[in-house]
Amino acid sequence: MSALHAAPLAASAEATPLPSSWHILLSRVLTLCLAELRKVRHDQTELYTRALQPVLWLLIYGETFNKLRAIPTGNIPYLAYLAPGIMAQSALFIAIFYGIQIIWERDAGVLAKLMATPTPRSALVAGKAFASGIRATSQVVVVLILSAILGISLDWNPLHLLAALFLVVIGSAFFCMFSVSLAGLVLKRDRLMGIGQAITMPLFFASNALYPTRLMPGWLQSISTVNPLSYEVDGLRGVLLGTPSNVWLDFTVLAVALVVGVTVASALLPRLAR
Amino acid sequence: MIATPATIECENLVHSFGSNRALDGTSFTVYPGEIFGLLGPNGAGKTTTIRILATLLPPDSGIARVAGRDVRHDAMMVRRLLGYVPQQLSADASLTGYENVWLFARLYDVPRAERKDRIQEALVTMGIADSADRMVSTYSGGMVRRLEMAQALVNRPRVLILDEPTVGLDPVARAGVWERVRSLRDELDMTVLLTTHYMEEADALCDRVAMMHRGTIRALGTTDALKAELGADATLDDVFRHFTGDLLDDQGSFRDVRTARRTARRLG
Repeated sequence: MSALHAAPLAASAEATPLPSSWHILLSRVLTLCLAELRKVRHDQTELYTRALQPVLWLLIYGETFNKLRAIPTGNIPYLAYLAPGIMAQSALFIAIFYGIQIIWERDAGVLAKLMATPTPRSALVAGKAFASGIRATSQVVVVLILSAILGISLDWNPLHLLAALFLVVIGSAFFCMFSVSLAGLVLKRDRLMGIGQAITMPLFFASNALYPTRLMPGWLQSISTVNPLSYEVDGLRGVLLGTPSNVWLDFTVLAVALVVGVTVASALLPRLAR
Repeated sequence: MIATPATIECENLVHSFGSNRALDGTSFTVYPGEIFGLLGPNGAGKTTTIRILATLLPPDSGIARVAGRDVRHDAMMVRRLLGYVPQQLSADASLTGYENVWLFARLYDVPRAERKDRIQEALVTMGIADSADRMVSTYSGGMVRRLEMAQALVNRPRVLILDEPTVGLDPVARAGVWERVRSLRDELDMTVLLTTHYMEEADALCDRVAMMHRGTIRALGTTDALKAELGADATLDDVFRHFTGDLLDDQGSFRDVRTARRTARRLG
């Protein structure tokens, strides 16, 4: 008590000089990212349990369809074809639940408290995007390790691996923003859970994650061309398998989608605090 | 620079949620160094008023100012002047106590050179310095509440806003919170705005209270003056009934249950 007594407390909040808005934005995003890293450091069980899903997909579904040879993937073994798809899919399944998390934070009062601090809304949602990116990174590592164990021949060039990581992180950050935007629209947890499930599966199946889109009927192909997950997987196959891909287009589509996602999500965020 | 000495000014605030008019012309002024209580049952408009002052909710009409700054047009500046503790126990259970305060020190731009000392100060002031390195998931309700006040204090705010600061706390924890709030005012000259639906809390803590009912303020004054108006033995409960014709503990028990359950789940 006495330590504080000496300080001219009431005057000091104003005395701090106002940093520029860019400085504030960057500093807040960094702060929220650091906090997220500390949470992960305190409890890693979440990362381990989440590793289970891609492992099951590759081991059970992947091995079976690899033997079946039912899906024409040219001269690439199906397991190798599938690995980038599962990378993107497992990150997507995590990212899509951040909307539910933010509604839960709203219900718990956490969001209101953060929004009452001098923090731009875009920094708050960018912090979520980063959190989703961390989880995506661990999923990439899991699929890479499993690929090495199963003897899947990927391009192990470190630069290509980094490019793959980057693609998954921005893709996952976009889907996180998509989910947070939905949360800002529907505002209720149970509604969002229904919508989340109704959206995740079509996103996954109406993409090139499991099979080439040329196998799809025309209408489904056109859905796949506007599905950011398809660009993510296409880019991943390009850098990890060397398949003919338009990697720069994939990067651009995902980056633009992410910027739009952050903008929309931060515009909708105040609806949650009301 | 600013002509008015008031710390908080609300003029004719109106806000509706759909067809429900939560605030229907609320006006009051809080002066520097006061502990000011918004008193009323759940649904009276207390939390809506506080959310407007905390820049979370724009009023439909009317003006709200903190230290002379309009909450709608100068929101970022108002946020720098405020410490806000919401009704739910909202500290982050997946971080330690220290990290929770550290997070807010950074969000309030506490300069790096002072950060460590200011975090320590806030923890000591709230009496939780010894538990600072424990995960918040191991804290009791009273400790979480004091931690949240430390999060708000690390900014050394002009105004501390507490929404139902002792809901769900046991009597010992409640007394602990009261004691801290009093010492913030007495020793640090801080202005405190709090809401409560406990008459005894208003009696024990507040210099002045505003009695809210259905979105308007029905009576305003020092607790003693309000009681004196009714007669020698009047309690705040009597005063409230006199001005609103209603009982304080009438409604909203469902909401308390929900809040308590939520808290239990979060900290479980």
